[in-house]
Amino acid sequence: MKTNRRTFVAGVSAAAVLSGSRVAYAQKKYDDGASDTEIKIGHTNPYSGPASAYGVIGKTIEAYWKSVNEAGGINGRKVKFITLDDGYNPAKTVECIRQLVEQDKVLCTFNTLGTPTNTAIHKYMNQKKVPMLYVATGASKWGKPKEFPWTMGYQPDYHTEAVIYAKHILANVKDAKIAVLMQNDDYGKDYYEGFKEGLGKDIGRIAKHVSYETTDPTVDSQVIQLKDSGANVFFNIAIPKFAAQAMRKAGDLGWKPVQYLNNVSSSVASTMKPAGFENVQGVITAQYLMDPTDKQWDDNADMKMWRAWMAKSNPGASLSDASNVFAHSVAALMHETLKKCGDNLTRENLMRQAANFQKFRLPLLLPGITVSTSPTDYYPIQAVQLSRFKGESWDLFGDVMHAESS
Amino acid sequence: MPAFPKKLLWVLLALAFLVPLLHPLFPDVVSDYRLFLVSTMIIAAIAVLGLNLLTGFNGQISLGHGAFYAVGAYTAAVLMDHLNMPYWATLPCAAVVCFIVGYLFGLPALRLEGHYLALATFALALAVPQILKYKWLEGVTGGVQGIVLNKPEVPFGLPLSEDQWLYYYCLIVMVVLYWAAANMLNSRSGRAMMAIRDQYMAADTMGIDTALYKTVTFGISAAYTGIAGALSASAIAFVSPDSFTIFLSIKFLIGLVVGGVGSLAGSVVGGIFYVLVDNSAQALSLFVKNDLGLQFDLSAYTVFGILLIVLMYLMPMGIVGGVYLLMRRLRGLRG
Amino acid sequence: MEQFLQQIASGLANGAIYACVALALVMIYVSTDHINFAQGEMAMFSTYISWQLMTWGLSFWVAFILAVVFSFVLGVIIERAILRPLHNAPVLSIVVVFIGLLAICNSMAGAIWSYLIKEFPSPFPKSSFGIAGVIGPHQLGVVMVTLIVLGLLFIFFRYTPLGLAMRAAAQNPQMARLVGVRVDWMLALGWGLAAAVGAVAGIMVAHIVYLDPNMMGGILLYAFASALVGGIGNPGGAVVGGFIVGVLENMVAYAGNQIEKATGIYIIGNGEKLTVALIIVITVLTVKPAGLFGRVVVKRV
Repeated sequence: MKTNRRTFVAGVSAAAVLSGSRVAYAQKKYDDGASDTEIKIGHTNPYSGPASAYGVIGKTIEAYWKSVNEAGGINGRKVKFITLDDGYNPAKTVECIRQLVEQDKVLCTFNTLGTPTNTAIHKYMNQKKVPMLYVATGASKWGKPKEFPWTMGYQPDYHTEAVIYAKHILANVKDAKIAVLMQNDDYGKDYYEGFKEGLGKDIGRIAKHVSYETTDPTVDSQVIQLKDSGANVFFNIAIPKFAAQAMRKAGDLGWKPVQYLNNVSSSVASTMKPAGFENVQGVITAQYLMDPTDKQWDDNADMKMWRAWMAKSNPGASLSDASNVFAHSVAALMHETLKKCGDNLTRENLMRQAANFQKFRLPLLLPGITVSTSPTDYYPIQAVQLSRFKGESWDLFGDVMHAESS
Repeated sequence: MPAFPKKLLWVLLALAFLVPLLHPLFPDVVSDYRLFLVSTMIIAAIAVLGLNLLTGFNGQISLGHGAFYAVGAYTAAVLMDHLNMPYWATLPCAAVVCFIVGYLFGLPALRLEGHYLALATFALALAVPQILKYKWLEGVTGGVQGIVLNKPEVPFGLPLSEDQWLYYYCLIVMVVLYWAAANMLNSRSGRAMMAIRDQYMAADTMGIDTALYKTVTFGISAAYTGIAGALSASAIAFVSPDSFTIFLSIKFLIGLVVGGVGSLAGSVVGGIFYVLVDNSAQALSLFVKNDLGLQFDLSAYTVFGILLIVLMYLMPMGIVGGVYLLMRRLRGLRG
Repeated sequence: MEQFLQQIASGLANGAIYACVALALVMIYVSTDHINFAQGEMAMFSTYISWQLMTWGLSFWVAFILAVVFSFVLGVIIERAILRPLHNAPVLSIVVVFIGLLAICNSMAGAIWSYLIKEFPSPFPKSSFGIAGVIGPHQLGVVMVTLIVLGLLFIFFRYTPLGLAMRAAAQNPQMARLVGVRVDWMLALGWGLAAAVGAVAGIMVAHIVYLDPNMMGGILLYAFASALVGGIGNPGGAVVGGFIVGVLENMVAYAGNQIEKATGIYIIGNGEKLTVALIIVITVLTVKPAGLFGRVVVKRV
């Protein structure tokens, strides 16, 4: 009985959070971190240590808010963005987040980066009922409004993406024998689980599955093992450095499988070019954002806007780093969410607005991909489009695929 | 190194116990978050204390104490998660497990000296996160996902917040461990430990069972650090392989050296120092950028590195050693 | 069988990288008795210098030589400016200084050149040498460069007056001083040489692992293991140690695969290769505490 009541209460409170009550729009309402003049947002990111490559995301987001403030802020309020370095260490993330929530009293946290780091603060944020919006990780566990009504993801999750690859392989490759290279952490595992689920009864088609550690200098040895399995399909679940090494090694060994590359490493500048264009022709990936080094977007209005913005507000940052596109797009979504809150800047309303996007067209997403959320759907972007590498850029093909229909 | 003045120690201790009671008076100063931060300092101090027993008092260098911290944390987490053991009961279990692991590692370490030992322990710290992910252990350790835990609940209906209780809990554990270490070092065994550090051959010739002392010291040192790990599992309420990278071991080493090698009080100073600097380096780099107007993007990590080097310049014997030297000089001036 | 050969070849190629970095570690160890934890990051920084020179239009070998010279000078400066004043400090304090250096090099490189990975060219043309499908030209080139560096160091220490003076200064500073060797400058020279060897290693590695501020992290760990196996005071031993560790880690994964194939049971694989390699290293050390080629120094009381 006890547990029943508890779940009932949890259900009711979740419903209360999410039901769109229309009280007092005209009245100004604030929670911690919001006032007539200011909105405080917290953020954690690795600026030091082995994952510091992600540091650019934090810096670009910071530049984004600065440019918003210079243009007058959001509904007359300036954004105060506090970003802390957690070094990708979950224990440190807990420290930082507690500082942000209890000491700095932020309205919400936004785009905190990393799967283990976000896992460490997941429960805390939901106990404190502080919105934890648009986390920067593709794990599938961030969209559970029932258990965790205060946490929402952003990008298409790894699991779904892997299912799409699996289905594509089964439909297009005859007698597929699949080799999988996987980073040995929860990011890699999430992809691999999704991939196995996508294969379903054809799971036996996985001929060989090997993993690497981020401390490994190279993945040469792994690629040799994969080639030796006689596989004709290669699913590459690796971060840019290792993904590039693997594709180059496959080329050097004369191994020519059909290659599927995870979206994490789809950047032309940091993966495809270092791997050598001759080694990556025909590689397939799924995308949802425009790649800044992809020439096909040169005349696109979004890309032009982004380049102009980068030149003006984020000078010195790399125009070829896809992380800067990611950061801009997710910050724009946060911007829009806060704008929609109007003068009702309570945490409850913030979650309500975040869970209330209908086919919102966010700049820099691929044409045809939009943001949709609801009180029961905490996955803002769920569509991707497959593309094949051709020449020196990605070539989109097929339709935009939605997770539900895959 | 000289012992800490006893009177001062009691005063500090009394203060430490009284501070949370000031919460109703200064809610913003004595906040839950600050107490939590101090708890993490205490935990780091205990870990450094463990390392100091081995390196500072027995002369065996370890660059891999993060490994024992991880074993302690995981022992506690697994017991809480799988066997529903209460959090306080996990401490002795973590201590025993780590003692055994430390003792066993101490056996081959007997054959290694100086740099070789340092690097062998370094290897241990590297291996631990990988072992935690090992396929056949995944069921127990949670593999790459780690284990999510609950924070310790306040017992006996005490009128404390979770963080206040955590603070007292950590403080009591540290006081007990500190007292035990001080007594041990003051005993016959403690003197034997230090004799081995200072005059290995003389100690051997005098009939001290050097092998036994060295391995047991390794075990005790590991147990101390393991207890700190178990405490951290409760405090952070999450363990995963990513929390126990090689940087953790380096952090303990920095705490040890900055505090004072071979000084118990130095361990505490070192633990506090590390957490403080870790948290203030970023603020300092922002200060340099915004207030001093330096155009170059000086990152927190750079500031941290510069701080370390400057500190070693000013006080190569650590903070406690430096303060002691300063006091002696002042006294010399007066006399 | 083909896989076996490829694994051996790839292990040797990786081993050459470890050997090169291990050589740099040994250089500092024999001349100053310290293990330089910042060695990898210093090498990475030198590699960025050569990259920068190349983007300014210099050819590979010119950039290579300039970067090596620059590193030599930088090494000497670091010794004179940072370590000299600390020469009476305890060993562990020096280790902390090295950690500080590591942090500075790493974050400065990130701040100057960003963390985005960069391609790094290979000086060895694609079809020049190597055995198709087993070992590529660059891999073979790295092995050769490592051996050449080792040879040069050997000649330097054995046959040149300066090399002899450096060895004397390291082995018996008092006596060396008496016969007129400027011991403190010999230490600085040792640092310079180590930094130069590190730069060679970095430039050779960067083509394989790509250039980024964290590229040496994993490699330094393996280099430590290599130096240990071979005996930390022995350059030749460090090189052999590098090759042993490189081949060993691949063989661990290979053996694990074969076992799994034969019995269907997973025992070890890629996830455990570092662990198993380290266990073997430690086992070797307990049998031969000074490494395979190290000399046991008999202590006087």
